[in-house]
Amino acid sequence: MQFRSVLHRDAGLGQVMLTRIGEFAMFIGEFLRRVWRRPFEGRELINQMDEAGSRSLLLVTVTGMAIGIVLAMQSRGTLARFGAEAVLPSMLALSVFKEIGPVITSLVLAGRLGAGIGAEIGSMRVTEQIDALEVTALKPFHYLVITRVLSCSIIFPVLTIWTDMVAMTGGYLESVLSADMDYRIYISTAFEALRFSDLIVDTLKTSLFGFIVGIVSCFLGFTVRGGTREVGQAAMQSVVVSSLLIFLADVVVVRVSLMFFGSI
Amino acid sequence: MTEAPSADPMIELRGVHKRFGEKVVLQGVTMAVPKGISAVVMGGSGTGKSVLIKHIVQLLTPDQGEVWVAGRRMDQLRGDELDKMRLNIGYLFQGGALFDSMNVYQNIEFILNRHTSLNKAERKDRIMEALDWVNLTETSKQFPAELSGGQRKRIALARSVILAPQVMLYDEPTTGLDPVSVRVVSDLIVRLRDERGITSIAITHDLLCAELIADYVYFLSEGEFVAEGSLADLEASPHPELRNFFGN
Repeated sequence: MQFRSVLHRDAGLGQVMLTRIGEFAMFIGEFLRRVWRRPFEGRELINQMDEAGSRSLLLVTVTGMAIGIVLAMQSRGTLARFGAEAVLPSMLALSVFKEIGPVITSLVLAGRLGAGIGAEIGSMRVTEQIDALEVTALKPFHYLVITRVLSCSIIFPVLTIWTDMVAMTGGYLESVLSADMDYRIYISTAFEALRFSDLIVDTLKTSLFGFIVGIVSCFLGFTVRGGTREVGQAAMQSVVVSSLLIFLADVVVVRVSLMFFGSI
Repeated sequence: MTEAPSADPMIELRGVHKRFGEKVVLQGVTMAVPKGISAVVMGGSGTGKSVLIKHIVQLLTPDQGEVWVAGRRMDQLRGDELDKMRLNIGYLFQGGALFDSMNVYQNIEFILNRHTSLNKAERKDRIMEALDWVNLTETSKQFPAELSGGQRKRIALARSVILAPQVMLYDEPTTGLDPVSVRVVSDLIVRLRDERGITSIAITHDLLCAELIADYVYFLSEGEFVAEGSLADLEASPHPELRNFFGN
């Protein structure tokens, strides 16, 4: 009897999950249908990019600096054992530009922006502000969702480039302090290992990560029912679901890019 | 398509049914509110009052039945046509629903910016006039979080009438307010009817508010109207639910 009720509960949970996945797919469909249509909320898009970009700059700068310094410190000893210390800048560049920079930046931004968007839109939903936009013919989907998703898709690659640069600067600082490396050698060694296609694909994939963070957070905020507790859950779920989907999307993008561009 | 009702009722609901999953909320609600009349829908909590007025602006669509406003069938309107009709209907939300990220002035200006071609000076005149009407001009630079409940309701009322709608819907306009604020908000609602001829439906379980604003009262119970008439008629009704509600 108890087993049956557990089965019944799990069947219920499965049904809820499937329903949510279906709703999410419809939400993405709605985005793709409406993004080309008026009204184009240009001013709000710029506001959102400013909000997402300028207010995340300190966070990603600190993250990038820490990545560069720590990666250089950790790798130096291992490379020295094999007499390969000279390839440290190349290794740093490959690690930072191809994987660590894009993924860590996107995860940090998923935490900062995903939670913010989920909580903001969720609280607008429970306090009827979204309904107020709707009844005054102000198209909340365009005003709230499209602007935020686009701003994330645009701002993620920009901040990723910045983080990559800061991380490489951090690596250089460590190299100067540990090995008194000349900056010309550092730069030429670092970039000779990179291909232009790597830089483009691995930076642009963060646009997809930005889309994921934007659309997931907007969906969870937009569909909140209940009160402040549910708003908190939406904010938390925005971060968790976005982060998981970023990892999954990364695997897919890396696999596809290897098919097209091959490995180094 | 059903034949249009006479132009006389400004708002009309015909046999509106609504359910959410297993829960039946409205079961065949029918009402007609003539132009310039202030109707009040009363009833206990969770009886479907808010669901009812959300159908009038198509925040919800009926499972069955028809919703008419100013001779147009709302439940069949879509896109720009629906937007055009919505601009003719003001809606005062229970909590005010002011936009948190904007100050009082910007809350009202946001709507004027989108729906009128007024220049900056004209917009300012219109906004200050609206704030003066609710006697809150000094709050124009304040954010919603800095206002009291009564002030928020009055600002929300000023915002909802800024485009001069013909119809107003009030969702619990005085809930949570002190008796003085109840009178202030109710007086503003009465002035909208008397000075601008606005047709309205108010959802409330506040007897003082109902007494001040109601021309005609409907009583909703378990998704259907069990009584209607003047407030005095309802107070004198022998129906057990009404006797319980009015404390007789």
